[in-house]
Amino acid sequence: MGKDPIESEWTLEIKPVSGWLNFPIKDVWRYRDLLMMFVRRDFVSVYKQTILGPFWFFLQPILTTITFTIVFGNIAKIPTDGVPPLLFYMSGIVSWGYFSDCLTRTSHTFITNANIFGKVYFPRLVSPLSNVISLLMKFGIQMLLFICFLVYYKVNGTPVYPNIYILLTPVLIILMAALGLGFGIIISSLTTKYRDLTFLVGFGVQLLMYATPVIYPLSAIPEKYRWVVLANPMTGIIDTFRYAFLGAGSFNAGNLIYTTVFAVAILSVGMLIFNRVEKTFMDTV
Amino acid sequence: MSKAIQVDDLSKLYRLGLVGTRTIAEDVNKLWAKMRGKEDPYLKVGESNVRSAKGISEYVWALKDINFEVGHGERFGIIGKNGAGKSTLLKILSRVASPTKGRVRLNGRVASLLEVGTGFHAELTGRDNIFLNGAILGMTQSEIKKKFDSIVDFSGVERYIDTPVKRYSSGMYVRLAFAVAAHLEPEILIVDEVLAVGDAEFQKKCLGKMHDVSEKEGRTVLFVSHNLQAIRNLCQKAIILNNGEMYDSGSAEECLKTYNDLVREVKITVDTEVKDFTHRRGKGNVRMASLEVTGTEGEQRFVYKKGEKILFRISYNVYKEMAGLTCTIALLSGISREAIVLIHHVITEDILMPGDTGGMLVEIEELNIKAGEYPLYFELRDSKYNEYSKDVIDDLTPPVVILDGDEESLESYNPGKPAGYFQIPSRIVNSEVVPGGYLKKVL
Repeated sequence: MGKDPIESEWTLEIKPVSGWLNFPIKDVWRYRDLLMMFVRRDFVSVYKQTILGPFWFFLQPILTTITFTIVFGNIAKIPTDGVPPLLFYMSGIVSWGYFSDCLTRTSHTFITNANIFGKVYFPRLVSPLSNVISLLMKFGIQMLLFICFLVYYKVNGTPVYPNIYILLTPVLIILMAALGLGFGIIISSLTTKYRDLTFLVGFGVQLLMYATPVIYPLSAIPEKYRWVVLANPMTGIIDTFRYAFLGAGSFNAGNLIYTTVFAVAILSVGMLIFNRVEKTFMDTV
Repeated sequence: MSKAIQVDDLSKLYRLGLVGTRTIAEDVNKLWAKMRGKEDPYLKVGESNVRSAKGISEYVWALKDINFEVGHGERFGIIGKNGAGKSTLLKILSRVASPTKGRVRLNGRVASLLEVGTGFHAELTGRDNIFLNGAILGMTQSEIKKKFDSIVDFSGVERYIDTPVKRYSSGMYVRLAFAVAAHLEPEILIVDEVLAVGDAEFQKKCLGKMHDVSEKEGRTVLFVSHNLQAIRNLCQKAIILNNGEMYDSGSAEECLKTYNDLVREVKITVDTEVKDFTHRRGKGNVRMASLEVTGTEGEQRFVYKKGEKILFRISYNVYKEMAGLTCTIALLSGISREAIVLIHHVITEDILMPGDTGGMLVEIEELNIKAGEYPLYFELRDSKYNEYSKDVIDDLTPPVVILDGDEESLESYNPGKPAGYFQIPSRIVNSEVVPGGYLKKVL
């Protein structure tokens, strides 16, 4: 720490907030047990005192898929790259769902946890991280549902072609988590003092979905405007996901690399801001 | 003795009031000053933290230039009135808030208990909550596993350990929470007034435990309270904070003496004003001009022995026509804020006119209630009990402390639950109304 040899006797120094570059990575690692406890808490408590329990996880994507199939498939007649509309929408909804859950949940970090944060110190990053991990459970269950449908269609001879790119799924999940977490902690840091952004998050995420190929395939976008959709880092993920499981559309390594770079950048910026805010937020929240 | 905690020139600036559009203007101002390489303009304007005086600035030094050090294995007390900066200091030491200036250096693992049961989840069982709470306080899974039986044992809720904590009584909840905290084994333990919970027996257990971890295991304990008795029993050294500044430091015994003098200085006048109106309420039709709590010799003090006589001397000014005047004085429970002792007297049924002043002396012959701390509540109102006519002062004076007879021991001290409501005889010794008597000293 200091140049002075006497300084090093102290194990901890508390100073006014200054500087940006001090990531608490080591601290987060030291508190990994807490991270797991938070995840466990979410698992155990989420559907306490409901009758259907985790089945609610099924209901949401099924109902949304049916709605989308009727509205966008049957009424608006948006093409689905030759894939059964049900599978097409469900693949989009399930993967988009994980990203949007991560984003909304982490964007409330400071406000929902103000009570705990005000009473005890631990690296605040543990909270949003635990959200991202516990949301995997919901995602996993919904994936299972999707795969059941996929198998059913495949057995019935529908032309869907799951391929080797399925192995990329973990990468896609990590990318979605990183994007959701990155955006989420930025928003959460910015909303400690001024709550204005919280109003934006809810419908902002919904609007963003329409800028992502969730309800339409990339090929349905006129060449002229395609760059807008491609600039969206989620496009590469959804597209790859669909290609891997359904064989629809195409795999474009460039898009995925762009997404990766974007995710790393947004996560770094997010950590910087978050790390700074976690020290002062008690005065402003 | 090597040092466990060293605090140098610690200061903390707080902004009062609401966050709104003006806040943005200030932020821009700060940024602008920073870009030109100048000092933060708002750091200069901070005032000392005297709550009862109207401030000019919205910025207040909650702590200013605090310096002290604590040796290893010491039990150190922090004393101060409400709003003296005790909690702010604790928050900085626990890394929950950051200081504005100065620094703190610590040696060893720190655990702070600003509240018991932080992060308890109502839906989880006692067992799960032990692990969750332990992890929040910084223990690892394996540590908690090792101490699990001992925690359950200490809490005394073994039978309910697999029941969700939302079904617990509040007492059981607190027991379980403190039990986890008591097994932390940090080198430095920071404790806020968590003792104000639970029953007397459990409080004794907690104080005993804190004493033990320091005495037997050589750990440092930093203890904050305005419960003087507990400080006297537990701590060797102490500091007094007053309005965010260091008032005194030294041995706990000396500090308590100084603190008693400090507390006696409280003066309540017509101008006593509190920004947020939680401590003085009323429309100003009548206002208490002075307020004294005294013993038989007329000396102002707040510590009494059980059964002693206590006198309240109140003078008032009338600013608008009042249909008579009544006076209510209450000793409240420190926790539930319910009145434990309530005395009520009609001072006069006559109309009082603006410009009138008056004074009264009310006596409680024998204050026979349980030992403990009792915040005071004073109210003047007209004899028709109209809401508009009232003047209320509460929490502005220090609480009355009742000690049990001769033995000032831990056993007798119970700030937690002075139970029940007591009918205690009281009388007006003296009352006088001076028509048009502003400025004339009455009584």
